[in-house]
Amino acid sequence: MESTPATMKLESSWMRDKIFLGMTWGDYVRSNFTKFNAVVALILLVGIPVILYRIIFGLGPSTNLSDNNPWGIWIGFDMLCGVALAAGGFVIGTAVHIFGMKEYGFLFRPAVLTGFLGYLFAIIALTFDLGRYYRLPYPMFVSWGVSSVLFLVAWHVALYLSCQFVEWCPAIFEWLNMKKARKIFIKATLGATIFGVCLSMLHQSALGSIFLLMPEKLHPLWYSEYIPLFFFMSAVVGGIAMTIIESSASHKIFSHQIKVHDPEHLNRVTLGLGKAASVTLFAYFFMKMIGLAHGDTWSYLDTPYGYLYLVEVFGFVLLPAMIFMYAVQNNLAGWVRGCAIYTVFGIILNRLDHSIIAYNWHLAWKDRYFPSWMEVVLTITVVTIGILTFQWIMNRMPILYEHPDYEPEEH
Amino acid sequence: MDNSRRNFFRVLAGLGLSASLGGTSIARADGGLLPGYPNQFGVLVDTTVCIGCRRCEWACKEWNKLPDQMDLKEYEKDQSVFQDVRRTHANTYTVVNRFENPRDSSKPIFVKKQCMHCYEPGCASSCFVKAFTKRPIGPVTYDASLCVGCRYCMAACPFDIPAYQYDNPWTPEVTKCTFCFDRISKEGGIPACVSICPVETMTFGKRTDLIDLAHKKIMDNPGRYVNHVYGETEVGGTSWMYLSAVPFDKIGFRTDLGTTPIPTLSKPFLSLVSPVFIVVPALAMGMYSFKKRRDEIEKDEIKKALEKKEGK
Ligand code: SF4
Ligand code: SF4
Ligand code: SF4
Repeated sequence: MESTPATMKLESSWMRDKIFLGMTWGDYVRSNFTKFNAVVALILLVGIPVILYRIIFGLGPSTNLSDNNPWGIWIGFDMLCGVALAAGGFVIGTAVHIFGMKEYGFLFRPAVLTGFLGYLFAIIALTFDLGRYYRLPYPMFVSWGVSSVLFLVAWHVALYLSCQFVEWCPAIFEWLNMKKARKIFIKATLGATIFGVCLSMLHQSALGSIFLLMPEKLHPLWYSEYIPLFFFMSAVVGGIAMTIIESSASHKIFSHQIKVHDPEHLNRVTLGLGKAASVTLFAYFFMKMIGLAHGDTWSYLDTPYGYLYLVEVFGFVLLPAMIFMYAVQNNLAGWVRGCAIYTVFGIILNRLDHSIIAYNWHLAWKDRYFPSWMEVVLTITVVTIGILTFQWIMNRMPILYEHPDYEPEEH
Repeated sequence: MDNSRRNFFRVLAGLGLSASLGGTSIARADGGLLPGYPNQFGVLVDTTVCIGCRRCEWACKEWNKLPDQMDLKEYEKDQSVFQDVRRTHANTYTVVNRFENPRDSSKPIFVKKQCMHCYEPGCASSCFVKAFTKRPIGPVTYDASLCVGCRYCMAACPFDIPAYQYDNPWTPEVTKCTFCFDRISKEGGIPACVSICPVETMTFGKRTDLIDLAHKKIMDNPGRYVNHVYGETEVGGTSWMYLSAVPFDKIGFRTDLGTTPIPTLSKPFLSLVSPVFIVVPALAMGMYSFKKRRDEIEKDEIKKALEKKEGK
C-alpha cells in the first residue's frame, strides 16, 4: 500500500510523539536495550512457553493441584494477594475525593493506575487457573449463582475494574489530547469513586468470606466469622503500604517527569500515610485478638500452627504498627518506606496462610500442596508483564505530573 | 450460630460498615435439624455388613461409563487398592476403603464412600454459576454445561467429594456420584451400586424411613453399633447415612463437622450487600457535601478578608 508523503509524515509524527517517546523508531529500539529489559526478556522467554504449555496440556501436567488441593498459588498469591495489594486506588480515592484530603491528591492517579493494573493482572492470572477460562463471562451473562460469595467477587471485581478505568480515563485523554472526553470523565470521577468504595469494601471482604464455607479445612486459628472484616482491614493496610512504596519508587525512577520535585512534600505525605497505616494496623491487631477470644482457640497457640499465627499477628501486624508509629513521631520517612515493604510481606503471608499454609491442615503431609515450578514461573511472568505495562504507561501518560495543558482536577 | 452472627453484625455496625443491622431479618434456613424435602430418597450404609468386594465400585463405573473399567472378576480380585485409603477421583465416583477393626483385628471394616448428597450442599452454595442442583428427590446433580472450572465446589465440600478432570485441557469437568439420578427418578429404580451389592450393605428408600430403620437397628442390636447415625445431622443432614460398629473417626469419617449446613455460613455476609450499597453512598455523599461546603466557606472568608484589606 502506498501512502502519500503527507499522511506518512502525520502518522509517523503521531507515533513518534505518543508511542516512541519523541524518538525515531531506531532510537527508540536502541533505547530499549537496558539491563532491566534483558531480565524481562529472559523471564518472558521461559514464561510464555509455560503459559502455552498450561493452555495446551491443561492443569494436571502444569500444576501440583489435586483433588484435595483444588486451589494453589494462582488463587492464593495472584488473586488474593494481588487484589489486597491493589487496594491503593480505593484507599487514596476515598481520602482525596470523599474526605477531601487535597495534599494526597497527587497520589490519586498513580494509585488508581496501580489498582487498575493490579486487578487486571489478577484476573489474567486467574484465567489460567480456571478449567474453562473461555467461560469467564458465564457468571455475568449465562447463569447466576447468587448464593455464592464467589459470584459477588466476580461481579464486584469486574465492576470495580470499570470504575478504576473511568478514574484513569482523564489521564488517557490528556495523553491523546481529547479535551471534551477528558472533561466528561473528570466529572464521572466522583461517582466512580463512591461506587468503587462500596464495591471495594464488599469484594475485599468477600474474598475472605470465600473461606467461611470451609470451617473444616481452614485451621481454627484462621477460621473466624470475622474473616470478612479481617480481609477488609488488611486490604486497607495493603493499599496504604503499596501506595507508600509505589509513590516513593516512582518518584525516584520517574523523577525526570516531575518539574518541581519536592522531596520534602513527598516525605510529609509518606509520613501521613505511615500514620494511617499504623492506626489501621493497630485496629486490625485488636480485631484479631477479639477474633481469637471469640473463637476461643487459645489452646492451639502452643502448636506449630500456633507459632506461625503468633509470628503473623505479632511480627507482621503489631510490630509494623509500632514501627510506623515510631517513625511518624520521629519524622523518619525512610523508616516508613522500609516498614511498608515489611508490611506487604506480612499481608502476603496472611493470604498464603489462609489459602495454602493453614488450609487443609488436617491432611497428611504427603497429600498437601506445594506449587510446581511452572506455577511459580507463570506467576512471575504475569507480574512482570504487569510491571512492564505500568512502566509503558508511566512513560507516556500524565500520571505523576500535571499535564501542562490542563488545569488541575477540581471537585 | 445465631449468637455469633449477631456479634458479627455488631462489629460491622460498630465500624460503620452498615447501619444498625442488628435486627434485620435474614432468611432462616439454619437450625440443627432440617426436615428436608419430605419425599427425599436416601441410602443407609451398614458398614458392619460390607465384605469389601468392591462390586459397587464396578457397577458405578459400568453404569456411568467411566474409564479404566475392568472385568468384574479381575476387579474383585484386586486387593492391592486397600493398601491406601483412597478418595473419590475423576474416574471413580465411589471407593471402598479398608480400615483396621479395633475390636477384632482379623475382621477389617470396609467403608464405601461417595457423595453424601447433603440436604443443604456446600458445593451448590459455592458455585457461582449454579452448576449444582439439589433435587427434591434427594440427589445433588452437576451440570457440566455451566461449569467454569473454578473448583470452589471442591474446596467447599466438607466431605472432600468432587474430583476434577485435571488431565483434560479443554473441557474438564467436576465429577461426583450422581445418586444415579437417571435411575431413581424412574418408578422403582434404585442406584446401580445398591442393586449389585451381594450382601445388602445398602438400603435405598425414603430418607425419613431410613432414619427410623437406622435407629431401630441400633436399638435392637446395642452391642453391634455405636449409637450414632452418621449423616442424620452432620452439616444439616445428608441423604446417604451410615451405621458403624466403631466410632466414626476410626473409619475415615470426620466427626468435627458440626450440624450447621455449610451454606448458612456465608449467608450473613451475603445479606450485607444491599445495605452497603445504600449506606455507603449516602455517607460518602454526606462527607463530600460537608467538605465542599467547608471549602466554600473558607474561600468566602478569604475573599472577604481580602476585600476588607483592600477597601480600608
Ligand atoms: S457431599 Fe459434597 S459434593 Fe456431595 S452434596 Fe455434599 S457438599 Fe456436595
Ligand atoms: S468448578 Fe464448576 S461446578 Fe464447581 S463451583 Fe466452579 S463453576 Fe461451579
Ligand atoms: S449412586 Fe450411582 S453414581 Fe452414586 S456411587 Fe452408586 S452407582 Fe455410583
